[in-house]
Order: sequence, then C-alpha cells, then structure tokens
Amino acid sequence: MSDTVRDVISAILVLLGATMCFAAGIGIIRFPDVLSRLHAATKPQIFGLIAIMVDVALNNSTIGTITLIIAIVVFQSLTAPVVAHLVARAAYDSHRVRIDVLIVDELGTRPD
Amino acid sequence: MEIVAVVAGVLFGAAALCALYRIVRGPTVLDRVIASDVLVATVICALGAEMSFNRHADTLPVLLVLALFAVLGSLSVARFLPVRDSE
Amino acid sequence: MSSTKQRLATFVNQAPLFLGLVLLWMLLWGSFSWLNLVTGTVLASIVSVGFYLPAVDLGLRLNPWYALLYLIRLGFDIARGSLQVAAMALSPRYTPSNAIVAVHLRTRSDFILTVTGVSTSIVPGAIVVDVDRVRSTLYLHVLNLKRAEQVEEFRSGVLAEERRIVMAFGSRQDVERLRRVSGEDRREKDQFARDEHASNKRRWGGTS
Repeated sequence: MSDTVRDVISAILVLLGATMCFAAGIGIIRFPDVLSRLHAATKPQIFGLIAIMVDVALNNSTIGTITLIIAIVVFQSLTAPVVAHLVARAAYDSHRVRIDVLIVDELGTRPD
Repeated sequence: MEIVAVVAGVLFGAAALCALYRIVRGPTVLDRVIASDVLVATVICALGAEMSFNRHADTLPVLLVLALFAVLGSLSVARFLPVRDSE
Repeated sequence: MSSTKQRLATFVNQAPLFLGLVLLWMLLWGSFSWLNLVTGTVLASIVSVGFYLPAVDLGLRLNPWYALLYLIRLGFDIARGSLQVAAMALSPRYTPSNAIVAVHLRTRSDFILTVTGVSTSIVPGAIVVDVDRVRSTLYLHVLNLKRAEQVEEFRSGVLAEERRIVMAFGSRQDVERLRRVSGEDRREKDQFARDEHASNKRRWGGTS
C-alpha cells in the first residue's frame, strides 16, 4: 500500500471517529430524556472506537498491537450494552422517561 | 494530514465540551453518568487518533485500562442508585 | 454429590469459557508464548474456582458459516445504525418520537436470549430496558419510531436477528423450534401476522 493511499484511508477513519464523538456530544445535549441520550452515547463507544482502532491497526500492524486492539474492542462491545441496560432500567424504574415522546409503551402495559 | 489533525481535534474538543456541559447541567444523576461515559469514549478515541497520527502504539494499554474501568463507575452508579432520587 | 459422568459433562460445558479466559490473558499480553499459556491457565483456574458462578448451559453448537454471516451482518448494522443516529443528532429538524417495544423471541435458551439482547443494543438505536426470562421477551427502547408500521418492521428485524443467532450458535432444539414456529417463509409471515393480531387484540382489546 502506498503512503498516500494509507494517509487518505487513515484520515477518513479518524474523521469518522471524530464525527461520531461530536454527534454523540450534540446528541446528549439535544435529545429530550435519559433513554434517548443513552442511544447517542453508545455510538462513539462502539463505532467510533472501531473506526479509530482499525486506523491504529493499519498504521502499526504488529501482532501485539492487533491482539490488544481486538481485546479492547471486544471488551467495549461486551460492556457497553450491559451498562446501557442498567442505566436504562434505573431510568425506567425511577420514572425518568418522558412518556410524551413515546408512541408505544409495551412495557407499561404488559400482561402480568 | 495537518488539516485533518486540526479538524479532528476541534471535533473531539467540541464533543468533550458538550459532555462536560451535560455533566454540569444534569438534570439527573443518570444524565451525568451517560455524559461521563461519552467523555471517556471521546478521550479513548482522541488518544487513538493521536496514535495513528504519530504512527505509534504506546498508549494502547492505557486505552485498554480506560475501556475496562470506565465501565465500573457507571455500572456502580446505575446499580446502586436509590430509587427516590430526583435532581 | 455428582457422578464422574456428570462432572465430566460440566467440565466439557465449561471448557469454552475456560479457554476464553486463557485466550483473553494471551490477548492482553499480546503474545502467544508458552509462559503466557501456563500463567493464563493457572489464573483462569484460580478465577473460575475463586469467583464461582452458576454454570451457564451453553448447549454449544457452532456453525462457522452462519456465525460469519451473523458477524458480518452485525458489523453492517452497527455502521448503519451509528450513521443514522449521528445524522439524527445533527439534523436541524429533529422531533423526538420513541417507543418501547416488546419482542417475543421464539427461543427458550438463556444464552440465545442474552446474545440477542446484547447484539440488538450494540447497534445504536435500540436498548434493552427489561428482560422477561420466563416468556423470553425483550423490552427494547427504540429511537425515532414514528408510525405503527415502523414498530412492526423493527420487531421483525429483531426476530430476524434472533434467527441468525440461533442458526449460528443455537442448540438443535432451538433450530427445530425455529423451524416449527416458522416453517417456510410464507408460513412464518402468516404465523407472525396471527401472533401480532392476537397480541394487538390483547393490548388494545375492546378500547379501539
């Protein structure tokens, strides 16, 4: 791979990751309630991280780097949903969900 | 490449500022938890971007530790949050 | 308390997790040497004896081809979901409209339920709020659903995801159940429509 091509790919990946972080920042300011903000937060945690890590792996591809990167990505993608679920449940249980922005709430009307 | 670095830096900085705003403003503990998660994710991404600009891989262990321990904070807050806790 | 056979079965069941721990240790050090293998094995045994957890019944059956399909599709979904949510956050005309959707899965296995939950909430746009283990139902908070058709679309998307996961990792019974519930594609749609109808009736009953 020539140097220019690598630079372009690397630039695209970094900008992708940075945009994801930026959009998440805007998202947690603009979105109306805790659950929506949670959606904005999972984006740089997974996709931004993957983009940046692929970039690092491209620039520095030794076995040690790649295994560490795999470990980081696997960890993050296993733990992020768990945290998201815990926060979501805490938010729902303490009635911090804005009901007016929901079109259906099948959890509130579930048969018990 | 320089321009890309500057643009990425500005985007990361803006993201971090947005997260800080949300941490300060609240309104609930959970909002702050989410915002601090975003802050950590931004820091991780920014460190990674720095690595790829300068063509090294020295901060990868730091990223690993951040990715592992960022979870613990928000996990414990969300888990042990008292049910009656408005504001 | 258990015969040798049972113990052996438990061991075989736990072996993938144990190997996973050792692999993780080697990934952390970034090299595959004998020293790492030995220390990893020792640490994995200490961890799995010291922090004892109830055994998960994996019922492991890996189909590499379907697993690959599942992973590729997951990556694609993550990319698409992230871009959608990013576009939504940055678009100037954004009006919030979310939904909490219940998805009744067809599987009875905890493992499949968990993997489905994790892989739907890894994709930005959906988060697991609550899980009903007995009815194997996921309650998902979904961003930006505006009409009732979109809710159904999302629901069948999650069911398709479950199908991919069952094909990749599910036990024989699970695959059987998938076949029985769904049959071929047309029958699946009919069944799906019928289920939907029944649950709609239950939900909105006499009121509408």
